[in-house]
Amino acid sequence: MLELTPQQRAIAAGTDGAAMALRIVAEAARLMGAPRLIPVASAHIDGALYHGDSGTLFAERLVKGGARVAVRATLNVGALAPAGCAAIRLPPHERDMAARMMRAYEAMGCEPSWTCAPYQAGHRPARGSDVAWGESNAVVFCNSVLGARTNRYGDFLDIACAIAGVAPDYGLHRPENRVATLLIDASGLSRSLRASDVFYPVLGTLLGRSAGTSIAVIEGLQGYTTEDRLKALGAASASAGGVGLFHVAGVTPEAPDAATALGGLPPRETLILTPAIVQQALAGLSTAGRTERIDAVAVGSPHLSLAEIDEIEHRLAGRRLAAPLYANTGRHVLKPLEAQGRRAALEQAGVVFVVDTCVVVTPILPEIAGAVLMTNSGKFAHYAPGTTGYAVTYGSLGECVESAVAGRLVREERAWV
Amino acid sequence: MGLTGQILLPGPAATGPCLALTAPISFWGGVDPRSGRIIDQRHPQCGLGVAGTVLALPGTIGSSSASAVLLELVHAGKAPAAILMDAPDAILLLGLVVAREMGWPTPPALRLAAADQAPLAGHMLTIAADGTITLND
Repeated sequence: MLELTPQQRAIAAGTDGAAMALRIVAEAARLMGAPRLIPVASAHIDGALYHGDSGTLFAERLVKGGARVAVRATLNVGALAPAGCAAIRLPPHERDMAARMMRAYEAMGCEPSWTCAPYQAGHRPARGSDVAWGESNAVVFCNSVLGARTNRYGDFLDIACAIAGVAPDYGLHRPENRVATLLIDASGLSRSLRASDVFYPVLGTLLGRSAGTSIAVIEGLQGYTTEDRLKALGAASASAGGVGLFHVAGVTPEAPDAATALGGLPPRETLILTPAIVQQALAGLSTAGRTERIDAVAVGSPHLSLAEIDEIEHRLAGRRLAAPLYANTGRHVLKPLEAQGRRAALEQAGVVFVVDTCVVVTPILPEIAGAVLMTNSGKFAHYAPGTTGYAVTYGSLGECVESAVAGRLVREERAWV
Repeated sequence: MGLTGQILLPGPAATGPCLALTAPISFWGGVDPRSGRIIDQRHPQCGLGVAGTVLALPGTIGSSSASAVLLELVHAGKAPAAILMDAPDAILLLGLVVAREMGWPTPPALRLAAADQAPLAGHMLTIAADGTITLND
């Protein structure tokens, strides 16, 4: 049973925005069986993305009620991009409502970060701290790679927690619920596979499918992971399944080794990865079938880091693109690119920057019958067919760049073993 | 048949055909917020509409924007008449919590084990305010 403090009860009984926020947090706590509300150190707000007028009306109701965030709160992507970036095909009413929504969240004191990778834009909560984060990839990164504690906060609950400064005490906020029960053993896969970027979204898809919402520890990746690989792994796992936390033995902060991550108990389940299992998950990421057709390339879900832009630039090596390459990223990356004079050259080559938003959350890709999108993102591969109408061909970043240059699918020689 | 769901969020009595999904779904990217149609092309029930149904969910996955899609379905009049879920999902149900705060009519949500959901598929159901589920056909 949920116990509110007398002070919380008094706030919830009010009629202003703070009262509404606390009632929403308390109702979530009741639904999930949380006994109390705990203070949070920060929030990441996914609720400012326009899905329809209802979300705008909710945010404006909070603003009208005088609500302000009580803790640091960064904003996830919105539905609009700044001038000069990709054109967004939202009709006038939707564009207006999306802009009103973004203004409402900024009016409540949220930081205009507008990125799904806040953890690469200077928002990195301390290990062991409780936070209220939304956006599934940000949640899984925050828990797994940073070791901060958050549940998967949905739209509305994220802003409600940021205003109230508290969150329901259950799930991944409690150390006993952060123990792995599933062991995924990748140590039998080749070194070259484990050392390639293209493997991590595939592994994430396998993690999401096999773990669901339970917690896995992955063995056999020590020495192979980078922050961007863990970002890709987490994002794919959170779109293929309900993963909120994973451990990588010898890599992530709560897993000095697999036994520690498992809480000293034998795993309830073990999945030993084989080339055949990996191959099958790889095939599932593409929906376009055997075709060389590429209408567009999209990279950057989660948003590209500066290091990932460096790699695109390096691989492009001054060549021009035959198919547009949509580079989805945040203003935290675009700003230094501009300062270094690199943005214009990339745009002249045919790169289209999608900033503050991304191609699967708002209409950017032109409507073309039978179109094919190439991507290196497990998350784009998962969502693009439903949200853009494009069929998907999955490949490495190198294949994405070469295909964009050629205007048709170009594959690298690679052994998936 | 004496079936009763545990009330997660109360609502008025509701009647509708039971759309029992056979795989977990992500509302964001999986359900069109304007029409209520299932658009996830990898989902077995892709193409069917959730509006006005007693929607039985064996599980929910994916994006944390599910609540926004459900709120929009309520606002657009395309919400299910009632929701049955195997386990409470704070992300999805927040859409109904917020709808209630906004003063909009909200469908009830009940907890019902996935094994008990499956036999209801395709039947016309009435969900009483106390959580009793009856078959009308």
